[in-house]
Formats: sequence, structure tokens, C-alpha cells
Amino acid sequence: MSAPPLLVTASPHVGAGDSTPKIMWNVVASLVPVVLAATWFFGPSVPLVVGAALVGAVGAERAFGRRGTLADGSAVITGLLLGLTLPAGLPLWMAFVGGAFSIAIGKLIFGGLGQNVFNPALLGRAFLQASFPVALTTWPLPGTAETWWALRGDNFALPFASARVADTLTGATPLGRMKFEHQPTALWDLVLGTTTGSLGETSALLILLCGGYLALRNYLNWRIPASLFATVAVVETLLHALAPARFPDALFMLFSGGLMLGAMYMATDLVTSPVTNLGCWIFGAGIGVLVLVIRLWGGLAEGVMYAILIMNALVPFLNRWTQPRLFGTTRIAPGR
Amino acid sequence: MSDELSHLHCGAGGGPVLPGRTVTAQMDLLKGLWRENPVLIQLLGLCPTLAVTNSVANSVVMAGATFFVLVGSSLLVSLLKRFVPNEVRITSYILIIATFVSVAEMGLQALVPEIHKALGAFVALIVVNCIILGRQEAFAGRNPVGRSVLDAVGMGIGFTIALLLMGSVREILGSGTFLGVSLFGPGFEPWVIMVLPPGGFFTLAFVLLTVAWARQRRAARAAAAGRDAAVARRAA
Repeated sequence: MSAPPLLVTASPHVGAGDSTPKIMWNVVASLVPVVLAATWFFGPSVPLVVGAALVGAVGAERAFGRRGTLADGSAVITGLLLGLTLPAGLPLWMAFVGGAFSIAIGKLIFGGLGQNVFNPALLGRAFLQASFPVALTTWPLPGTAETWWALRGDNFALPFASARVADTLTGATPLGRMKFEHQPTALWDLVLGTTTGSLGETSALLILLCGGYLALRNYLNWRIPASLFATVAVVETLLHALAPARFPDALFMLFSGGLMLGAMYMATDLVTSPVTNLGCWIFGAGIGVLVLVIRLWGGLAEGVMYAILIMNALVPFLNRWTQPRLFGTTRIAPGR
Repeated sequence: MSDELSHLHCGAGGGPVLPGRTVTAQMDLLKGLWRENPVLIQLLGLCPTLAVTNSVANSVVMAGATFFVLVGSSLLVSLLKRFVPNEVRITSYILIIATFVSVAEMGLQALVPEIHKALGAFVALIVVNCIILGRQEAFAGRNPVGRSVLDAVGMGIGFTIALLLMGSVREILGSGTFLGVSLFGPGFEPWVIMVLPPGGFFTLAFVLLTVAWARQRRAARAAAAGRDAAVARRAA
């Protein structure tokens, strides 16, 4: 006799099927090929260093985070990304400290996922770079077939001990060679990744592919990398045309260093990038300009990390300035 | 009007004494060490705490200079409090403090020129250290000479404790040394960031975190003890 109860719920009534854990684990999956490629180039040191950063990040999330936040996968991403920004020969305890710092100070202190101002992985790397400048700038050369099995540095240095000088060939990164020795690197080497550098900054092609997958699934806002690449390409082409001897060409700038990894994975961090599309265009362009300024006129060879961190700090302002007007309302001066 | 205002300021030390509790010389001296520690509890004087604690030696010299200025000016301010008109008291305090700072600065320059150089402008900036002005305004300007000096000595020691804590952590982690003596041998990898400005902020944050945690625990325990006592009274 009685009718079935009418179920009334609040909107939205149709979900897209995406959830934070699903997006995060997709990003993790897209990072696996990058880690494998790095292992191909730098040997068994890579899983060790990435693993140590991962353990540090996940351990900090487990120790200090709220219950259940491990399952959303964001700590895993932070650990993987941090590991990919480190050199292969880094002592494991430093990678661990960096991972724990990323999560504990970079994320949880602000209140956990979604609350942090800065990209946690980059904050961890900035901390490591300021703490251990020598270890963070010792770049092993990619190995040959015979030496693939060798560690690329003193990975197993005891905690608090500095790395001993190991029997590894090290060299300057392409950016460092360009900046301090004016030695260019073949473009094809940069694209494929057979150069020195941190684990994830070598194979530009693979990172573009993996990031492209995320962009296709709309898990990252393609406007950020697009505007970043466009800014770097246009400004650098102009500079190169003005003074070819002083400034390298645009392709070198695009494919060297951490620009690809930074543009695809760090700048597009959902938490620390603007929410409006116009904001994303400005955000990407700002990173591009800052990268070029640091690389060409700063004291460091590479500037992607600091460029992204600086623009992260501006994101709240970009969000406010680029708020779209509601239909049918008039413009109100911001800050009123 | 200004009298009322200055009474509002006096909570930190010269405030009205709780009924039933007699103020002893011991309390004047000891409150600065922990219960009203100028850095760890009152969060005053953070500028030198952050800026010059990158080594134990710098911390000790800075704390010593501040101690000297603090005790000297408390003594003088307390002695002169009857002759200083209320309207210009801050100006007079600053003049007295500046005199002692000049003495301290010249003394350091003569005795430890290296450290004086390392401390840079921060010795001169003791003039505007709010611990010192705070003690004059809150305590020395309204209390007898003996108590004022005891209070200044306690606060000075409290400041020294905080600076030594910061300096030890930062020097041990950041250079692997204590007072310049190597602790861990040449294999130690120094955490360079700890002797840089960010390390100061990190260290202070963790020190304050520990202090707040300890106080919270103590308060919780005291509350629990109070509840137990009340239950026992009711039962009796």
C-alpha cells in the first residue's frame, strides 16, 4: 500500500566520477614511466633515492597527518616528485629528511591537503638545497651498459654523515655548462634525456608524454604549461635574435633543466595553482619570465624551483584579481 | 588618564599581587627564568633571538650585553622614578637605556672585536629591545630598587637561557660544533640552513612548540589534580 520513500538529496545530482584519490593515483601512475626512465639512465641509485624520499613523505603523513589521509595518494605524489628533483648520488638519509620536511612543514603545518601555499615537493627540495648545497649539486653522468649496476654516489652514507667521494663520474648539467662554460648540448640529448641532471629533469620527451596524458584527462590545467612554454619560447627567441652569443636559443631553454618536470607536474599542482583560467595563463607566464631571469641573470644555473615557489605565493592574489563577474552583476572594486 | 593606561600595561610583572600570596625576592628573581621568560613565554625580543643566535659564542655575547643593559637601566630607572615626570617617562627610559648600550657597545668593541663585528648592528639595536623597555615600563618604574634589580637579573638570565638554547641547536646542527669545538669529527654533514636566517625561524618555532606543549601538559595535569582533590573533599 505505501509508496516507496522518495529520496531527496542535495545537488549535485550527477557526479563526474572524479575524486581526489582518483586524480592523485592517476598522477602517481603517470609518474611511474618517468621513474623507470630515470632508472634506465642512472641505474639502481634511482629507486633508492626516490624510495627514500617516498618513505620520508609517507612516514610524515602517517605520523602527523589525520587518520586516513594516506589513502588519497597526495603524500605519495609529493615523495615521488621530490625524489625526481634530486641527483642520483644523494645520500638516502638526505632524501628521507627532504621527504619528511615536504609533508610535515610543507603541507601538514598549513592544515593538510588543500591548505598549503607552496608546492610541498619543491619546498622540500628548497630546504635540502639550502641545507646541503654540495650534495644537491653533485650530478653523476648517466651510466653506460657495463656500469649500469654501480651506485651513482655514496647513497648509503650514514645519517648526518656527509657523502664520501665515490668512484663516479660527475659533470655539470647542460644549463651549468651553458652558463659557466658556454658549452652547448645537443638538442636531441636534451629531448631524450641522456644528459646529467636530477632524476626527473633529463627526459623531456617522456615527461611531455606523461603530462600530456594528465592534460587529456583534464587532471591538470593545460593552460599553465602552455603559457609557460609560450612565454619562455617567445622571450628567449627575442633575446637570442638580439644577442645570439649571449643567450642560447629557445629550444635549449625549453628542453634543458627541470623546466618540463616543473611545468607539467609542479606548477600544475591542483592546490597551489590558480583556480581561474585567466589566472592560470598569468601564473604560467610569470613562472616563464622568472625562470628566464634566474637562469640568464641570476647566480644559479637553474631557476624553475624558485620561480614556481615565488609564483605560488602570488596565487591568492591571482585568484582574487581574475575572478569572473557573475552574470547580471556589476563590477565591484576588489578589496572593497 | 596616562596613569590608567600604564596600569593596563603592567600585567607582565608589576601588576597587583594576588591576595594571599606574598611577593618574595625569590619570586622576583625566578619568574623571569621560566614562568614569565621574556622570549619563550612573553615572546619579546625576538629580533636578536632570530638574528644573532647562529653560534653559541654570538648568543652568549649578545645575552651578556643585554643582561648588562637590562640590569643597569632597571637600577637607574628605579632610582630616578620619583624625578621622572610621567609624560616623558618613555623618553627618559630610552635615554638611560641608550647610555648603557653605548657602554656595552664600546666594551665589546674593545674586548671581543671579532664577535662585535659578527653581531653588527644588533648590539646598537639593544636600545629598542622591547624586553628592556618592557621591564622599565612594567616593573622598574613602579617598584623599589632592590626588587627592580632582582627582576632585571631574572629576566636577563631568562633571555640568556633562550638565546643559549637557540644558539646551541643552531650551531650543533648547522656547523657540527659547540663554541667552535668540533663535536662529530670531519665526517659530519652540516645542515647549512640552520645557521642561515630560515634556520633561526625553524629553531624558534620548534622551541616555542616544545614550550607550549610542556605548559599545556602541566596545566592539564594541574587541572586533573584539582579535580581529584575536589572529588576527595566531597567524598570526605
